[in-house]
Amino acid sequence: MTDKIDITLTINGRTHTATVEARKTLADVIRDDCGQTGTHLGCEHGICGACTILLDGEPVRSCLMFGVQAEGREIRTVEGLADGETLHPLQQAFTDNHALQCGYCTPGFLMLATGVLEANPDISDEDLNDALASNLCRCTGYQNIIKAVRQARDEMKAR
Amino acid sequence: MAPRSNVGVRNEMLGHLGDSVPRLEDPPLITGRGRFVGDMNFPDQLHMRIVRSPLAHGTIRGIDTTAAKALPGVVAVWTSDDIDDIPPIDFREGSNPQLALFRQYALARERVRYVGDPVAAVFAEDAYIAEDAAELVVLDLEPLPVLVNADDPPQDFKDGQTTEAAVVEQGYGDIEGSFANAYKIVKIDVKVGRHSGVPLECRGGVGRYDAARDVLELHGAAKVPHRNRETLCRMLGRPAAGVHLYEGHTGGGFGIRGELYPEDVLVCAAAMRLGRPVKWIEDRQEHLTAANQSRQQRHKIRAAVAEDGEVVAIDDELYLDQGGYIRTHGTRVANMTTGTLPGPYRIPNYRSVCHFCLTNKTPAATYRSPGRFESTFVRERLMDAIAVELEMDPVAVRRRNLIALEEMPYGRDLDVLGDSVEHDPGDYAGLLDQTLAKYGYDKIQAELAERRANGELVGLGLSMFFEKSGLGPTDGSKIYVDTTGHIEVVTGGASLGQGFETVMAQIAAEALGTDYRRIRVVHGRTDRIEYGVGAHASRATVLTGSAVSKTALQVRDKALDMAAELLQAPIESLDITDGVIHPKGNPSGPSVTLGEVAEALAPASKARGDRDPFLMGEAFFHIDHQTYPYGLHIAVVKVDPDTGETKIERYIIGYDIGRAINPMLVDGQLVGGLAQGVGGSLYEEFAYDDSGQPLAVTFADYLIPTLLEIPEPEILLTEDFPSIRTPLGIKGAGEAGITGAAAALASAIDAAIGMPGAVTQTPISPQRLKKILDGRKG
Repeated sequence: MTDKIDITLTINGRTHTATVEARKTLADVIRDDCGQTGTHLGCEHGICGACTILLDGEPVRSCLMFGVQAEGREIRTVEGLADGETLHPLQQAFTDNHALQCGYCTPGFLMLATGVLEANPDISDEDLNDALASNLCRCTGYQNIIKAVRQARDEMKAR
Repeated sequence: MAPRSNVGVRNEMLGHLGDSVPRLEDPPLITGRGRFVGDMNFPDQLHMRIVRSPLAHGTIRGIDTTAAKALPGVVAVWTSDDIDDIPPIDFREGSNPQLALFRQYALARERVRYVGDPVAAVFAEDAYIAEDAAELVVLDLEPLPVLVNADDPPQDFKDGQTTEAAVVEQGYGDIEGSFANAYKIVKIDVKVGRHSGVPLECRGGVGRYDAARDVLELHGAAKVPHRNRETLCRMLGRPAAGVHLYEGHTGGGFGIRGELYPEDVLVCAAAMRLGRPVKWIEDRQEHLTAANQSRQQRHKIRAAVAEDGEVVAIDDELYLDQGGYIRTHGTRVANMTTGTLPGPYRIPNYRSVCHFCLTNKTPAATYRSPGRFESTFVRERLMDAIAVELEMDPVAVRRRNLIALEEMPYGRDLDVLGDSVEHDPGDYAGLLDQTLAKYGYDKIQAELAERRANGELVGLGLSMFFEKSGLGPTDGSKIYVDTTGHIEVVTGGASLGQGFETVMAQIAAEALGTDYRRIRVVHGRTDRIEYGVGAHASRATVLTGSAVSKTALQVRDKALDMAAELLQAPIESLDITDGVIHPKGNPSGPSVTLGEVAEALAPASKARGDRDPFLMGEAFFHIDHQTYPYGLHIAVVKVDPDTGETKIERYIIGYDIGRAINPMLVDGQLVGGLAQGVGGSLYEEFAYDDSGQPLAVTFADYLIPTLLEIPEPEILLTEDFPSIRTPLGIKGAGEAGITGAAAALASAIDAAIGMPGAVTQTPISPQRLKKILDGRKG
């Protein structure tokens, strides 16, 4: 497994080049080779969703893909959410609503919610719950995450 | 945010006591700039991978590391022979000769005792290579008989010692006499399932030896860095000043993260011996077999009751499933179970005998609300059974036995972590009444009865408990104000996500009359303060918070003293607002800032006079007894007769916190605790087959609830009885959300299916409940 492949990834609009083994997960490439450690690993088998990123606008588990598969695709991670010092409405809503405690699942929830709200700005509360149920949080009991995402949805719609 | 609780938000952005201000912790965490242990890297670091036992019990005949060592990129492969000078991991509270034999070595010697037991460690240039090499290590293990149930006959552990490592007994009064004269005797036999904290971030650590300073560093520490440093110093024979632990961001703790584990010892030893930093990041499958598990107990318990519902005596015999070794906690969970089982009730005669038994499963230790989650489930199941036996209302039985306010402080001849139990004043019956009235208990029950009459399986269950918090005896802090007026609060506390920094800043801000956002809080660093209790046993706010308050008041006095001279005004006439010292009631009068006072107190300043240099302080806070907050849980559930699935329709928590520093964070602790309580009560279980093979090694088997399973609880948070044992009246908040969960849910399910006492075991999974329902039909 020592053959390495040169790849170019676009993360939050910035180009990163890396030489990686084909078996290296996208999450590991983003973290280790591109230095973007905001994307977290919670289970490495696709259940917890802590590693959720947006790939061409769609939320995906970056632990279930290889880095080489992301060549040429548009990747967005939590580091790209804020506009300079101005927080994204979801980030603001998370802190306003105490939607994080340890903060480990937070990047995954933020990227999941970003993807969901961008694809469906008018999503109903019920559908939103269904979507957010794809990630795990161990600290908050979820209620404040639900409130935060609903608040951000309403604010983003009003803009 | 609007809290669900009734403690008001005062919304002053200064962030003083009682304000639900936003957390100081949030900005890096929501922008992806946190620093968790996985994010830490040092130049030239190696990666460690552990080879773990695939057998639950066996003799190690040989370990062949040849192929692993030959793999390019592998630097070393260790077995126990390579570290035979390193003693087993000792107990956090010091050595204990009676239990010493049962301790775990960093790498197994002679025998493996559970699936996941570390037997070899691979060190390689990259984590992928380390994992490849680990697969090339060949283990020659001779299987031995496996013990999977703590209540089966003990086996030989070693050197003639059996697996029943200890018998922990507590009690008082006359058990035999009480049962001989009882009106009725009520017996139950109930089990609490094995589950654990399972934080979302797996464990990890980076060991680094800095030869330039002769300092060994362990990054990724959590929970109790100072305690772990002491143990590491003892094990590695190093001075305290030559070992430092560093806590970064921590992805959840819940009692299980941050104890000293084999992997922590290995990265430290390897960093020194291999001369390179060594990083270890656990994967989830490892976590589910290697990190501390918890809870598993079987209780055979009986009560002697009087005709009017008085519980005259409780006699309990329990089997605690400790797993393969005794780790840092010793018999702590046994102690807490037996010491808290009587709960908020009088129980004039009591005995609990705990068989503390080793098995061939992952070692067990504390998880959020250790001993109380279990004992509350058992005791409240018993109270329900008593109500049925006496044909009394379950609330009436509880009311008959609650310790009354007039009886407090109420001492009991029981020990909880070296502290004799003394309930501090609280109105248990009053909180029960308030909660039932606020949420319309009678009306809820009437509606449920009507729905049951229409064929729905719906019911309500209630549990009451007392909590323990603020384990002493002491903690200290240091506060330093710089010449810009910014303040650093240095604590020996730890932050696991609970909002520690915000709470400490609020407490210091209150005393120092400044904005909490000007305060920086240090925690989890042994190089900044000599002593620390970390974060466990709901003690951080209670103990460290009290120390910070005391220190901040000391600094305030010093600031006012210096300012009085600078302003030529009497000390008593001055006040501090937003970092400015001014005449009381006249913020625009002659003033100096805290920064200017700090400048006046600089070592070379002439203005300082005889005062000690710097605007700083250091103080310790001592507590005689823990504080005992109290509360109740009420669950309303609906059971699906076809699937056995339990849906929680409503969940109510009543809790007296004494004094909430930040109600938003208290609320977060209660709601988050409840979510874990629901998980442990209904879904999560570390099951094992008869050969000791773990059946829950992924998140597909170990079922952590999603938001669809967790209800939004309604919370009555009262501040009716501030603790008499802390200057600010603080009691702990960390565990009350989980303590009563299994008890309330079990009771609600019994009521829903109309089968009193049907639930005898957690988790009350759909499979178990379906079996109970099918039995009913038959």
